[in-house]
Amino acid sequence: MSLAGDLYISASCITDEHFIYRDGKPVFENSTGDPEEFLLTAYKDLGLQYPKFYKMDLLSKLGWISTEILLNEVPEMTAYSPEEVGVVLSNSSSSLDTDRKYFETTKTAASPAVFVYTLPNIMIGEICIRHGFKGENAFFISKDFDPLFIWQYVSNLFNIDTLQACICGWVEVAGRQWKAALYLVEQRKTDNPVSFTADNLKTLFQTPWIN
Amino acid sequence: MDKLISDLKVQIINQLNMQDVKPEDIGDDQPLFVEGLGLDSIDALELIVLLQQNYKVKLSNADDGPRVFKSVRTMADYIRAHQNQAVK
Amino acid sequence: MPAPVFIAGLGAISAIGNNVQENLSSLKKSIPGMGTMRHLPSVHQQFIPVAEVKKSNAELASLARLPSGISRTALLSMIAAREALTDTGMADVSSWKTGFISANTTGGMDRTEDFFIPFLKDNSRGHLRDVVNHECGTVTEIVADALGIKDLITTISTACSSSANAIFFGARLIRQGRLDIVVAGGADALTRFTVNGFNTLMILDGEFCKPFDERRKGLNIAEGAAYVVMVSEKVMATLSRAPYCTLSGYCNANDAYHQTASSPEGAGSFLAMKGALQKSGLQPRDIDYINLHGTGTQNNDLSEGTAIQRLFDPHYPPMSSTKSFTGHTLGASGSLEAVYSALSIRHGLIYPNLRFETPMKELPFTPVVELLEGRQVNHVMSNSFGFGGNCSSLIFSKS
Repeated sequence: MSLAGDLYISASCITDEHFIYRDGKPVFENSTGDPEEFLLTAYKDLGLQYPKFYKMDLLSKLGWISTEILLNEVPEMTAYSPEEVGVVLSNSSSSLDTDRKYFETTKTAASPAVFVYTLPNIMIGEICIRHGFKGENAFFISKDFDPLFIWQYVSNLFNIDTLQACICGWVEVAGRQWKAALYLVEQRKTDNPVSFTADNLKTLFQTPWIN
Repeated sequence: MDKLISDLKVQIINQLNMQDVKPEDIGDDQPLFVEGLGLDSIDALELIVLLQQNYKVKLSNADDGPRVFKSVRTMADYIRAHQNQAVK
Repeated sequence: MPAPVFIAGLGAISAIGNNVQENLSSLKKSIPGMGTMRHLPSVHQQFIPVAEVKKSNAELASLARLPSGISRTALLSMIAAREALTDTGMADVSSWKTGFISANTTGGMDRTEDFFIPFLKDNSRGHLRDVVNHECGTVTEIVADALGIKDLITTISTACSSSANAIFFGARLIRQGRLDIVVAGGADALTRFTVNGFNTLMILDGEFCKPFDERRKGLNIAEGAAYVVMVSEKVMATLSRAPYCTLSGYCNANDAYHQTASSPEGAGSFLAMKGALQKSGLQPRDIDYINLHGTGTQNNDLSEGTAIQRLFDPHYPPMSSTKSFTGHTLGASGSLEAVYSALSIRHGLIYPNLRFETPMKELPFTPVVELLEGRQVNHVMSNSFGFGGNCSSLIFSKS
């Protein structure tokens, strides 16, 4: 159906409450059950260096780390101009986790740094600031991850020549539960190509450990 | 060692979530913004909250920010100068 | 040439009017909507002017024909969405594939914060989850259900560009043939959460805002809702009323600079405006009016102004910020200004930028200060730039 030529999921990064998987292989493991600790430990263990990380809320930390891992050792990204790379993400609870934390701060002194993160698309902002992506970006709210919707939306962006690469998926934090599924979509075919289809998005989401 | 300055360094690190910075890493006269610690506009707002919460000193004109928050020492000087006129 | 997307219906409720006619009347008479908070109980009441819809929740519920107790955001959304659908003259949309794309940033926050205060003192008072209408998505669903729209319902949350993004997403769905009719736009109600939050960012003006003025001090927070009904050519052929205009161009880009501030050179705004022009096949000099994002903050107006200079110099069209009337309605601002853009084309009007006195020293142009009437307005550009660097620009054209 795609007019842009075939599209591929050239990389994936799935994070659940115990593992982070890159292309089906676990790259990090932690079972504390605390999202703050999970993400901080991941940041340190993976040797990431980005002081602004510490200021981010949990949603942004999760999205940011997932993107770091997704794009790790993908030198092909440098071939795209900033406007050619976009970000399309979604979740169920928007920035509710941070909204609640901001509310807590208003008891004593409202925190501007926390307020900044009371919008889910700030996470997209952090990803774009880090990588210099200036292409189209969107954030959708849905009850559950909707692979068909994401597939349709992103495919269309390629069809109408709006993007040449897209980071898309789902990033959700709610209390002590979290899940992220990021997919790098390109026209570039890798050695073990995974076609960009709603089914493949769904399979990776549900069973990330299967290559 | 100026206690106010050393306290401020600890407080700044906490307020600004700078988990990878130690108090001894911050020079008394080191520029806080642009270069130096590289703080940004949101950090400036948090420092305004810090002044208010910890020292009851109010900075109501954001334009004074660059001058007051130039370094930890200028912050300490400002606090000392205004603490007598503390505002709730 | 891509298929045209017609704007066939408009709906709006804001601080300057409870429906489109009232909004238009205020715009023509230079009557702004800011003032002291009346309906929002806040410690900042005396110090921060806001632009409220001049109706209590009970009055809104009655207008919306929804139970009171539902979030103010949902009530505003319902009123404007229904007005837009009614405006098309279509009695029944069920024979067409119809979608509802709605944007908001606060969801049911107004109800939640009423709930939360006792909850913070004693959390046996219940779970946050029980405040069922809190989520942004739920606001959308309440309204879609009431309007009988089933084929596609979705919620966009991208800060201040949310409803502009909702509109052009809807247009794409029509062009792809996936939907025949789309009701798209957004709503946001005033909440203490946003008033306090913006206050901590120190970007609120203690007076009525002065967009694009050298002495501007910030924005006035506001509430409102607005929707456009977009239809395909096939649907347009069945309607007896003429369309307001078409949506001829759109583009979204990320500024990639800072979470809440825009880059000095206006990179994101520039890309969005340039992309919208490319999409519409127009040149900068074809634009007859720019409805600015123009929040009145030091940062936005300079950034947006710089981007406009880069793109339009030396041919600057008349431009103004209608936020000088309505304040900044956050999630509703893109669609509210889309409604005003459509009216500008229909009625040949260019709205004034209220309270402008001193030109910005960095810019070689100034906004319009008086209402301009009887103009040939063929193409209007409307800008919406949100936190997170999310920049959108829409172009509306005479059909």
